[in-house]
Amino acid sequence: MSKLNLTLKVWRQASQKEEGRIETYDAKDIPIEASFLEMLDIVNERVINDGGEPIHFDHDCREGICGQCSLTVNGIPHSKDRGITVCQLHMRKFKSGDTIWIEPFRAKAFPLLRDLIVDRSAFDRIVAAGGYIDVRTGSAQDANALPVAKTKADASMDAAACIGCGACVAACKNASAMLFVSAKAAHLNLLPQGAPEKDARVLGMVRKMEEEGFGNCTNFYECEAVCPKEISVDNIARLNRDFAIASAREALV
Amino acid sequence: MSKATCSLCQFWQSSIGKKLVVAVTGLFLVLFLAGHLAGNMLIFQGSEDFDHYAHFLHNMVHGWGIWGFRIMMLGALALHIIATIQLTQANRAARPARYESDNTMVASKSSRMMVWSGLTILVFFVFHILHYTVRTSAELAELANHGYNWAMTIAGFQNVLVSVFYIFAMTLLCSHLSHGVASIFQTLGLRSRKTAGAIQTFSKAYAVIIWLGFISIPVAVCFLGYGKEELKEVRAKVAVEKAAAKDGDSCCPKTCSDKH
Repeated sequence: MSKLNLTLKVWRQASQKEEGRIETYDAKDIPIEASFLEMLDIVNERVINDGGEPIHFDHDCREGICGQCSLTVNGIPHSKDRGITVCQLHMRKFKSGDTIWIEPFRAKAFPLLRDLIVDRSAFDRIVAAGGYIDVRTGSAQDANALPVAKTKADASMDAAACIGCGACVAACKNASAMLFVSAKAAHLNLLPQGAPEKDARVLGMVRKMEEEGFGNCTNFYECEAVCPKEISVDNIARLNRDFAIASAREALV
Repeated sequence: MSKATCSLCQFWQSSIGKKLVVAVTGLFLVLFLAGHLAGNMLIFQGSEDFDHYAHFLHNMVHGWGIWGFRIMMLGALALHIIATIQLTQANRAARPARYESDNTMVASKSSRMMVWSGLTILVFFVFHILHYTVRTSAELAELANHGYNWAMTIAGFQNVLVSVFYIFAMTLLCSHLSHGVASIFQTLGLRSRKTAGAIQTFSKAYAVIIWLGFISIPVAVCFLGYGKEELKEVRAKVAVEKAAAKDGDSCCPKTCSDKH
């Protein structure tokens, strides 16, 4: 198998308080069949052997479903290849001699913990502000007793594909979380089970999103382009509409 | 503060609320541009129709119509600008650390320079109002006071600097609209996967039509010599009227402009 010789420009930052900087690494003899994270593993082993501090990065399932890996590759979260997380990026996409810039997901609402790891718990707090339904457990009705239109079920399922990786925020020029919030809201708002709490959900999640310090959507659609689950910006239009209606109802009814 | 006014404050404080304000005021301004362009196109129909149209605008609803409209226009503009500047500030604050290697997938140049194209259009707007509405130039004011709005417009555009700045501002307006018109639909929640393509095309087409329409006037007047001869005749007429006014005091500028 052929091997690649690459130059890595990696963001290193010991902690939130310390200043970060770009450091350069020579990544020699990288097998093209390696994944991007495996390439970092190889580089890290060499760093450790040389007595250095390995490059810290988030990862878990390494099969594109957990949403843990969060690298910005050459300025694009999860790389410029569409519909994949960075763990699904393979080194065969690169050429020998390439320089690869690796940075964390940058946003004020995602404080940096170390090197390439950021704290994305703001997403959890947004979900806790309305991204759920209140049901009594133990007495679930028959699944088929509640009719759901096929188009709505499909749209809800597409929105539910969001893995909460945060690439939408990282890619947005305004660090807006609208794609994430709109997907989480649409996923429940479109179904009869989510309908009774729709207004409270929309207002609660949007207000929490603002409180966490995310930016505002200005319709660049960068989020949709980098989303590993290809969540549609249709959800953002839907959230805008639902927010207007919920606000009016809150004020007037 | 009552509950309803509290809600209004909360709506303005929220990001989506503010964007809805931007979208609705933007829609108003977009529709205004279409009306303004349609009116302006009368310039090619001839001086008489254009002057009649100007006269109509200044006298509709006993002269109150234009003021009502101007106040609405300024209100919409103020809200549009205040909201977008506040949103832009929040957006800058949301990413304090920039990417060392910045890159873009799909966002258009127009969408990324909205605030700059917008602020340039604002500067143009102020200039445009001083130029043709307040009329800081004595020569233009004189033509308009004698009821020759067509001639005033032609005279204004004969200045190369004015025409070049006008064309530059209209080009930025075209860029602003190509993103702005489509964004109105998205922010009002009227865009979907099925309509996305049509909205995008409509937005760009609208921007190009507005651009072509508006720049056609300075191009025709400044670079193709449209209206040159007639303007000379009007200036001669104004000179005669002025002389008559001085001699006989029979026709002051005010009554002349109201004669139509």
